[in-house]
Amino acid sequence: MQAQAISRAPVAQRSGFRRTLRKLGVKGVTAEIVKYVILLTLAASFALPFFWMVTSALKDDSQVYTVPPIWFPSPAHWNNFWNAWHVRPFTAFSINTVFQYAIPVTLATVFSSAFVAYGFSRIKWPGRDVLFLICIMTMMVPFFVLMVPRFIIFKNLGWINSYRPLVVPEMFGNAFFIFMLRQFYMTIPEELSDAARIDGCSEFGILARIILPLAKSALTVVALFTFINSWNDYLGPLIYINKVSLFPISLGLQELQRSVMQSGWNPMVYPHLMAASTIITLPIVIFFFFAQRTFIEGIALTGLKA
Amino acid sequence: MSIAIPKAIPNAIPKRRFKLSTRTRNLVLGLTFVSPWIIGFLAWTIYPLFSSLYYSFQNYDLLRPPVFIGLGNYVQFFTDKSHTPTVVYNTFYYVLLSAPLGVVSAFLLANLLNANIKGRSFFRALFFFPAIVPAMVTAYVWNFLLNVQYGAVNGALRGVGLSTIPFLTNPQLAKPSLVLIHMWAQGNAMLIFLATLQDVPRSLYEAAIVDGANTWHKFWYITIPMCTPVILFNMIMAFIGGFQNFILPWLLTGGGPNQATEFFTVYLYRNAFVYLRMGFASAMAWLLFITIVFFTVIMLKTSARWVYYGSEAY
Repeated sequence: MQAQAISRAPVAQRSGFRRTLRKLGVKGVTAEIVKYVILLTLAASFALPFFWMVTSALKDDSQVYTVPPIWFPSPAHWNNFWNAWHVRPFTAFSINTVFQYAIPVTLATVFSSAFVAYGFSRIKWPGRDVLFLICIMTMMVPFFVLMVPRFIIFKNLGWINSYRPLVVPEMFGNAFFIFMLRQFYMTIPEELSDAARIDGCSEFGILARIILPLAKSALTVVALFTFINSWNDYLGPLIYINKVSLFPISLGLQELQRSVMQSGWNPMVYPHLMAASTIITLPIVIFFFFAQRTFIEGIALTGLKA
Repeated sequence: MSIAIPKAIPNAIPKRRFKLSTRTRNLVLGLTFVSPWIIGFLAWTIYPLFSSLYYSFQNYDLLRPPVFIGLGNYVQFFTDKSHTPTVVYNTFYYVLLSAPLGVVSAFLLANLLNANIKGRSFFRALFFFPAIVPAMVTAYVWNFLLNVQYGAVNGALRGVGLSTIPFLTNPQLAKPSLVLIHMWAQGNAMLIFLATLQDVPRSLYEAAIVDGANTWHKFWYITIPMCTPVILFNMIMAFIGGFQNFILPWLLTGGGPNQATEFFTVYLYRNAFVYLRMGFASAMAWLLFITIVFFTVIMLKTSARWVYYGSEAY
């Protein structure tokens, strides 16, 4: 067995191609080919919905309702994007989403979670770990259990048809991000805090001047995830927001689908829906493109520490 | 008076007003920092939790005051022959199919990405991206994609000479179609697996190669066992998520066709906000909660048999 293994060890090759393959750690050419074939097939399958979404956005009705379907619409209707955006007040919807929901909730979550996580990690006090365990356990409570009573609470407060039911609870910390930030804070050496305490710094001061600057990357992850989740959020607004003028993007898209899917002949149903979907997905693409590293480290951070 | 006896200098050591031990001081500070969470926890979690339990014993339609009916809602759920069996069947079918398949596909994708591949970050981004696309966009795009007449998938099938598949209009195929879409959006789990795979010590693989292991041996005897903690984690998350799956069935198929995708959460939402049966919906929500806890506990309890927590403790 060992002799076989040794004889299988890489040997200097004359031929350039084989040598390149050996350098890549290739056992056999067939294995590599199979690997890439699988990879590319999967990649194509994964990309298909996006491809379909964008190309369909450029079609007109005659190009949609054909059998077999057209893959590359020949006169591409770029004005579909403009039209779809204005069939329904999507500008107003985006403003609602960004300024009434995404930004407030991101600020609220980042500040409150950063604040609370400090108490769970940088100060030792009796009962801290028990309380933290309870905090984590709240993540296990399904949203649907809390959905009805929360609705009733907010109805009694008169907050229906506003974004307050979605933003205000986040001002009290988000269990998931408290968990994540706590794990991160715990990687910062105690000596820094101790030195500051000796110099007479208050705990608030330590948080503001030492911990937060060091936690910038983690805080960015929190902000990014929160922003994207609020951009994508459908169920939350569905429950609390009924006035069309207040709709966020998610409900706006459904509104578009509903209005064009009525009975009777509806022109440009699919192209407009696909065009609007493309535009809505665009900010996510941009965010993701610029923040890929942060994203992926963030997910790895949450997953591994669980 | 010739010898001046030094008097104690007043205020040399300032007297503390409150003698707080470090322990108490820390307790106060700790609680101060954590207080927003405590308040939020009490107001938005504990109170609604018990409130929901309370409402589950009532008939409440928001217009009239709640009426106490004891276990009436629960009894009704378990004796309703027209809805309950379908809803329960649909939900379990979906969860038991989508959770394992989702975890397996995420794991396989992660392994594929972990192998030496050119352009890994591009493929990784591509496979991850579906997980952060807004759920409504996913619903509408896949709706069109799987359309029997005009969709791309059926178009491709026709192109190769196969017959078309009515993914979303055939009751038998609706749930598997949802599972398929679920497998497309496993980016989160895949990334977690990818990070885990990179933590598996190289030395194990090298030792195995010396002993004559081939690729399959390495995968089956090293990779999988070392990843079992994270496999368990993702399985549990998949179950919890699967039971709460709402948006896709609601938007893509609306519970149809023929109630094939009427999942527990869809039925719950319908009862709460369409029929305004808040009490019944609350009872259903608690049954959901108990089910999720039950499955989570079972999975954790049986995990010791197959999960390997190596010296690199997670």
